[in-house]
Order: sequence, then C-alpha cells, then structure tokens
Amino acid sequence: MLEELIIAGFGGQGVLRLGQLIAYAGMVDGKEVSWLPSYGPEMRGGTANCNIMYSDAPIGSPIVTSATALITLNGPATDKFENTVRKGGDIFVNSSIVERKIERQDVNAYYIPANDIAIKLGNARIMNMVMLGAYLEKTNLFSVDIAEKALRHVLGASKEKLIPVNLDAMKEGAKYVK
Amino acid sequence: MEKQLLKGNEAISEAAVRAGCRFYFGYPITPQNQIPEYMSKRMPEVDGCFLQAESEVAAINMVYGAGGSGARVMTSSSSPGISLKQEGISYIAAAEIPCVIVNMVRGGPGLGSIQPSQGDYFQSTRGGGHGDYRHIVLAPATVQEAVDLVHLAFDLADKYRMPVIIFGDGMIGQMMEPVELPPMQEVRTEFPDFATTGKRGKDRRVINSLYIETYQLEELINRLKSRYEQVEKNETMCEEYMTEDAEIILTAFGTVSRIAKNAVKQAREMGFKVGLLRPVTLWPFPTKIMASYANKDSVKRFIDIEMNDGQMLEDVKLAVNGAVKVDFIGKLGGIIPTPDEIIEMIKEDK
Repeated sequence: MLEELIIAGFGGQGVLRLGQLIAYAGMVDGKEVSWLPSYGPEMRGGTANCNIMYSDAPIGSPIVTSATALITLNGPATDKFENTVRKGGDIFVNSSIVERKIERQDVNAYYIPANDIAIKLGNARIMNMVMLGAYLEKTNLFSVDIAEKALRHVLGASKEKLIPVNLDAMKEGAKYVK
Repeated sequence: MEKQLLKGNEAISEAAVRAGCRFYFGYPITPQNQIPEYMSKRMPEVDGCFLQAESEVAAINMVYGAGGSGARVMTSSSSPGISLKQEGISYIAAAEIPCVIVNMVRGGPGLGSIQPSQGDYFQSTRGGGHGDYRHIVLAPATVQEAVDLVHLAFDLADKYRMPVIIFGDGMIGQMMEPVELPPMQEVRTEFPDFATTGKRGKDRRVINSLYIETYQLEELINRLKSRYEQVEKNETMCEEYMTEDAEIILTAFGTVSRIAKNAVKQAREMGFKVGLLRPVTLWPFPTKIMASYANKDSVKRFIDIEMNDGQMLEDVKLAVNGAVKVDFIGKLGGIIPTPDEIIEMIKEDK
C-alpha cells in the first residue's frame, strides 16, 4: 500500500496542518510516512501545498509525482494539481470555494461544501477537518480512533477542548459523501 | 524508543543537543531557520548558549572560540551564508579545532533561490576557503539519517580535530519524517589537551593559524595531510543498493538518491539491471568502491544524477577512470529530478 496525497489551497486554510495530522496518524498506525511542504515566500492568503507519503514499506522519494488522492481547497490549487492525480484516483474538492467542476472523467471527484459545514458547526477554522472526514470515509486510510490520537498530539494539552468540535467536523464531512 | 515526527531542521538541532552540543551561534537564512529557532528555545533549557550573531562571519568566529576552549559547538546556514563563513572555516581547519557546520544547501550562485540544490558540492568537498585543507562532509538522505550523522559528526570532529559539514538541502531541512532520537549524552567535563581552558599551572596553550616560518606551515600541512589519509582510510561511507548484479550503476547523494532509488525499483520491474551507489561521505569520497564497480565485467555504464551542473560527476569520473561511460543528469536552479527522467536515461542505450 502506498498512498500519495497532495493537499493544496491558500495559506491559512490549514493545508500544512492537515498534512501533518495525516502523517502523524500514519506514524501512530505503524506506517512509514513523510510530509513535505511547499516552502517559499508564502504567507497567509498565498498558495500552500504539501505532499504526504503513507506506506507499508520505507519511503523512497517524498515527492508526489502521480497522486492517489488530492484534497483541494481553492480554485488555483485545483487548476494546478488536477492533472497530477493518477487515473482512478480521488479528488476531494472544497466546493464552498471552488466554483468549477473537475474536468477529468478518469478520476473520482467528491464535492464537499466544507466552509459552509464548518460555519454551521460554529467554527470556520475546522474546514480542513470536514475535508479529512470526507477523505477518510472514501479512502479508509486510517480509523477515526487513530485520527483522534493524532489530533490529541497535534493540538496539544492546551487545546484539548477543541477535540470534540474537530471530531464533529470529521463526522459531518464523512456523512456528506456517504 | 518512541518515534517522533520531526522536520529535518528540528531533528538535527535536537540530535546536536543530545550529542552534547551546548553552544550554537548562527544567523538566519532560509531554508534552515528552524535550526536557530529550535536552538533559541532549547539551549537555555540545557544551560547551553544560543547566540544570534550580527553576521555569519561573526558566528563562525564564535564557533572558532568555543571549539578552541574544548566545547562541542555547532553553527548552521545555507549556501550564501556558508560562503561568508569560509574564511573562518579555513582558520578553524588550520587551527585544528573540532566543530560541526550544517549547510542546508539552496540554489546558487549569488543569492540564488531558496529551493533545494546540491550546488555547493565543490565548495564543501574541496575545502571552500583558502589554503590546503579538507574537512569531512556527511550527506544525509533521510531525516533519521540526518540525526544519526549529526551524532557521528561531533565524534568525528573530535577524533580528527577538524570541522565536519552536514550537507543537506532545503528538502531534507523542511520535510517531516518519523525519527528515533538517540539518548541524551552527558556533557564532557574533561577537555581535550589543546583546549584553552585557563592556564591554572599548566603549560601555556596557544591556538593560532599564523605560521610566519614556511617550514612550520609545511609541517602543519603535512600533519593535516596524514590525518586526512587516516580519515579516507577509516571513515569513507557509501550505500550500495541493488548493485550486486547491476549493469547500470546510478550515482547520487542526499535528496536525489531517494529519487534514484525509486528509479532503480521501477527500472528493475521493467527488466533493467540497475543499482545505486550513494556516497554518505562526500569527502572522503568512496573512490575505491566506485572503481571496483567500474572495473566489473558486468557493469556497462554509470549514470550520475545531481541537482547541479555536474560537480560530484568529476569525482565519479576520476573513480571510474575511463573504464565505462559516465552519463549525467543535472537539474539546476532548485529543480528536483523525477524518477521518469532517470528511467528515460536508463532506456537510452548509449
């Protein structure tokens, strides 16, 4: 098993954080993982993306050249990465922001109004977790238990009170694509 | 030991602390800023010293001073900053002072780009500063290996009394991988016999790199030279990956070696007998190992892959010494090669 995932969007949408969470979950799950961010003169509102490798075997190159899945959170990211997904791969689109549909016919596209769902839950910042819920529902990369463990680590003790709302966000995301 | 998910830069910093490094002097530059950031928080926790110097030149001279007093000391920078440190590195080499220098290489020349590159290979393996000297250069390919090599770097620096460079790049510095960190090592209380720790009834110790008398300088260089021969004999490291029956040998180090490994796997599935030689020490270079492969009847060709315009290529060619053809793929300006490009070159039966 080798999952090659790209997450992309604006800085501030939780792109890198979501990637770290998935990488951490993989480590907890006993998998080999790597997380590689785009870095450069990026800032809030600029573009951000990360590559995650999640595998049973040791990871060679950490650079995704043929993605098994893409989580795209805005229009420019969709334009940039739509064609890096391999045939039969999955594209998870934040349809609150991305106005267009995926043009390719050889991939599975899922549209999740993640911003709207997050705002309904009362916290716009958990949009990325709505996307994670949808992604896990379709890929079964790891269990919700593992996700919760990873969340506890990434959020740390001071933000433990945010765990329930993050888990709710994942549930809503999963429900949306069921 | 529990694994942690760490960025290369953070992992290197913690590994240094655990190897007993209690002095860090640096100046910010992308893509290694997590090292000074981490050290600024960590050093006070272990009663160490973090100091952001006013420049790279100042930082390397602080390293010279701390190393001269027998402490385990580290600095880090990226290409343009390492260029600024070269004068100090030459002095440190001449004064036979141990220290560890991390270079998270970025695109050059000039201010270049902030993306990963291997364009500092010549600078690192040929000495870099002025005069007749070398230093050990270690090139990690994974975050775990970076941790292991930082530990080794401090030991080698002490053993051979010379600077050791950790040659990474932006990708190694920025990526996160699970790592097992070594246990915390005791800070030494016994100092080496060159250390200027205060006279206190001992003979006066002088650390200096100026030799007015030519024969004295010659004596120093000869002493360094015999030490370099020992380093070459004892410390050369090279990973041999699926090379046993290989007809085509890829050569690559650091980040590029990971992509080359993917290419080896893919090419093998397509029926090509390909293997990889990955120098872990860029200096001393694994010349003998490469030569032994070049002289095997089964080996038809070498392909060297780098993120520069052919720097290690010269060492590969010296090792191969005309026995077989050496082809080259070089990506410039901070661009990382893809496995497909390597496969294309493998398919081309030149």
